Amino acid sequence: MLQVDDIQLAFGGVKALTGVTVHAEKGRITAVIGPNGAGKTSLFNVVSGFYRPQVGRVVLDGEDISDLKPHARAYRGMSRTFQNIALFHGMTVLDNIKLGAHTNLKSGILTAGLRLPLTRNEESMLDREIRRDIIGLLELDHVQHHPVEDLPYGLQKRVELARALVMKPKILLLDEPVAGMNREEKREMSRFVLGVKKNWNTTVLLIEHDMSMVMGISDHVVVLSFGKPIASGTPDEVRANPDVIKAYLGGADEPAAA
Amino acid sequence: MADTMEAELLSDPRTRSSTGTMVRYGVLFAILAVLPFVAPGYWIYFAGLLGINIIATHGLNIMMGFTGLLSLGHAAFVGVGAYTVAILQTYFGLPFWLTIPAAGVSAAVIGVAFGLPSLRIRGLYLVIATLAAQFILHFVFVHWQSVTNGDVGLPVAPANVFGFLLNNETRIYYLILAFVVASTWFARNVIKSRVGRAFIAIRERDLTAQVLGVEIVRYKLLAFGLGSFYAGIAGALLAYFNRFVNPEQFGLLLSVFFLSAVIVGGMGSILGAILGAAFMTLLPEILRELSLLIGSGLGIDLGTILTPLRETIFGLLMVGFLLLEPRGLAQLWKRASQKSTRDSA
Amino acid sequence: MSPFQQFIEYSIVGIAAGGVYALIALGIVVIFKASRTFNFAMGEMMMLSAYFFYAASVTFALGPVIGMIVALIGSVAIALLIERVAIRPMLGRPFIAVVMVTFGIGSIIRGIVGMVWGPNEMQIPGILSRTPIMLGDIFVPGKTARAFAIAVVIVVVLIAYLRYSRAGVALRAAAADTITAYSMGIDVRRIIAFTWIVAAVTGCISGVLMANVNTLTPHLGLVALNVLAVVILGGMASIGGVLVAGFIIGWLEAITGLFLPTEFREITPYVLALVVLLVRPNGLFGSREVERI
Repeated sequence: MLQVDDIQLAFGGVKALTGVTVHAEKGRITAVIGPNGAGKTSLFNVVSGFYRPQVGRVVLDGEDISDLKPHARAYRGMSRTFQNIALFHGMTVLDNIKLGAHTNLKSGILTAGLRLPLTRNEESMLDREIRRDIIGLLELDHVQHHPVEDLPYGLQKRVELARALVMKPKILLLDEPVAGMNREEKREMSRFVLGVKKNWNTTVLLIEHDMSMVMGISDHVVVLSFGKPIASGTPDEVRANPDVIKAYLGGADEPAAA
Repeated sequence: MADTMEAELLSDPRTRSSTGTMVRYGVLFAILAVLPFVAPGYWIYFAGLLGINIIATHGLNIMMGFTGLLSLGHAAFVGVGAYTVAILQTYFGLPFWLTIPAAGVSAAVIGVAFGLPSLRIRGLYLVIATLAAQFILHFVFVHWQSVTNGDVGLPVAPANVFGFLLNNETRIYYLILAFVVASTWFARNVIKSRVGRAFIAIRERDLTAQVLGVEIVRYKLLAFGLGSFYAGIAGALLAYFNRFVNPEQFGLLLSVFFLSAVIVGGMGSILGAILGAAFMTLLPEILRELSLLIGSGLGIDLGTILTPLRETIFGLLMVGFLLLEPRGLAQLWKRASQKSTRDSA
Repeated sequence: MSPFQQFIEYSIVGIAAGGVYALIALGIVVIFKASRTFNFAMGEMMMLSAYFFYAASVTFALGPVIGMIVALIGSVAIALLIERVAIRPMLGRPFIAVVMVTFGIGSIIRGIVGMVWGPNEMQIPGILSRTPIMLGDIFVPGKTARAFAIAVVIVVVLIAYLRYSRAGVALRAAAADTITAYSMGIDVRRIIAFTWIVAAVTGCISGVLMANVNTLTPHLGLVALNVLAVVILGGMASIGGVLVAGFIIGWLEAITGLFLPTEFREITPYVLALVVLLVRPNGLFGSREVERI
């Protein structure tokens, strides 16, 4: 589904990523883990199109999207959440979620301004779809009309996931989905991500340094250390890999949370 | 079954209030429609002026309030609309149903031309470009003597609506009212659509907006073009309302006026634009009346300080609201109405 | 006189006029450095100072020296008031909100001055000699030449002060990294207030000079908007670049007067600003400073 091949990224002379290859298989959850500073976020920014790597390519569903800008990647079915919540204040939960459907809708300024049938139909269809598929799945019914900034942290994270899902993405990128959450919230988020995979067969690529979450839900794990891949495989294989143990225990500031 | 449906309807605030809203709008329209028959001509004059200001303020609010694009040159784009009407009428004899849309289009085109180079970049450059537009367009109004007739300006004949001349306050009032209703409705629809959500997304977090598929430059241009279009329409109506155009009407002070209207009303609120425009239109009149009253009481002529007094008060309102209530009158209104529903419940 | 000679003469006069613009630009850039605030009220601060000077030296007949002292004290007091009441509470708010606040303050000052002193032109007592300066065959009007000399001296003194004084070092630290500056024990709020004082001083001197060369009206300050436009496009990163921008405006205005009717001078800076935007969207000196905002 998504292939990230042999990425090399440098800022000035500093190498952030070298030879990083990640393949996210269709309908599976693939995780990229690594200590802080391992290059996970840089990798995500390459995949979403904010950074241009010097070497390597990003292929989505057989199409090379390496040269596309972020918004064009969204039109190809790529969707993501952010490590720091990136919701839009001054809008309700429902409106925030609706923004996720930008690429699926067609209204322009005239059709929207004059409320022509095209706009009316697609807006009411979107409303129904969100109620039917998203709000229920992510248990957001009770807050849908609230201003998003009034919600607690865990719920905001869930709204962000909802927004990323509305476009029915081919590939869903989750940037540290459980960062800053308590144990209860983490468990809930894991349940929701698994629910999305099960119900929609969505391909998920996530980065995270919370090992318990990653090991609990991932089908495939890639480990980065100082911008280089040091291991990949099933959670069990990775857990047993001596290089991984060394990277996490020696020198790195982020101990394995599991 | 019926009970649960009813409960569901009641739980959704939008459906719950829709009947009440319809009634309220109906009453409002009825009042506005009969106003000229009951109110003094002086009121109708202000109602017309207010309507024009509402349209222009909607335009600036779309750019600044919803999309975060600050423009210091809104008055100049209003001026482009007014001069478009005057020029098309004077030199080509075109009727109002051609000149008004043309005014909107020409303001939008000129607005986008000034905005285009800087909309590609973030933030401050657009402020400079709009400031440049304010001074350069004003300069053109003054100095393109052969077309604009310089400081003297151009007379505008009343709009001729199928043989019916809009040659007094009451008659043009209805034309303005129609445009106010249409422009408010259009703005509200845009804001509640995919396009409006993209505007707000750009204002709040443009990187996130991109990830969601919003093409930043394209939507900034749309917002800027639409806002300038509104300015042009307002300018066109102003030309038919005053029946003349001259450069003095479109100076920096008017740009400050619209900025204050958006800020005072509440950035990013349709209701706010209306409240802000109303407040800012009535305020100078109240000031004028007061200064006449005080002036005659003291036996002095306070007429000369009116313009600087306005300038002072516009500035004070801008700064005061930005410091103390950045969400403006719309927020105060909301709070007051929530309180009243709570009290009545 | 040959066209070439005429060009040189206009250029010299223009650059001389640019000295005052450079002084204004310096006032704008110090505030920006400390707090990333674009002061759209700079021109009005400058114009108000000239009125203070007028009031003290003419209305109260205290003479030019006391007049200048009163003007300086008055402008510093006003600048501190603005900073304390309207700017400090806005720290951390979106930059367009801060721009609008300074823009609103400009409007308030213009209005108050208009109410107190009226809209008409006023002559302030000539503190600058009219005797022209001859550079070879080239004739430089006396007031312009002397205003230039004073402006350059003040700019040099201020830059030396900003470079070597403790306040200047603290300012540079705060400009480079606010948080680190805090952790080093630098009171960033005091630094910001200090930059407003510097701006008040440059505004006061440039205001009195401008009012001497031209006449005094409530619209004297609009010239600072020109300066601001060009300075922002020049890139706010370096003080040197900003000073150059000030001289460029003066020069271009004069050259415009040579080739086009004089009224075109008032829009020259804005046309320049638009041209720069078209040709070099990252600013004249390619700085990315502004883009980050």
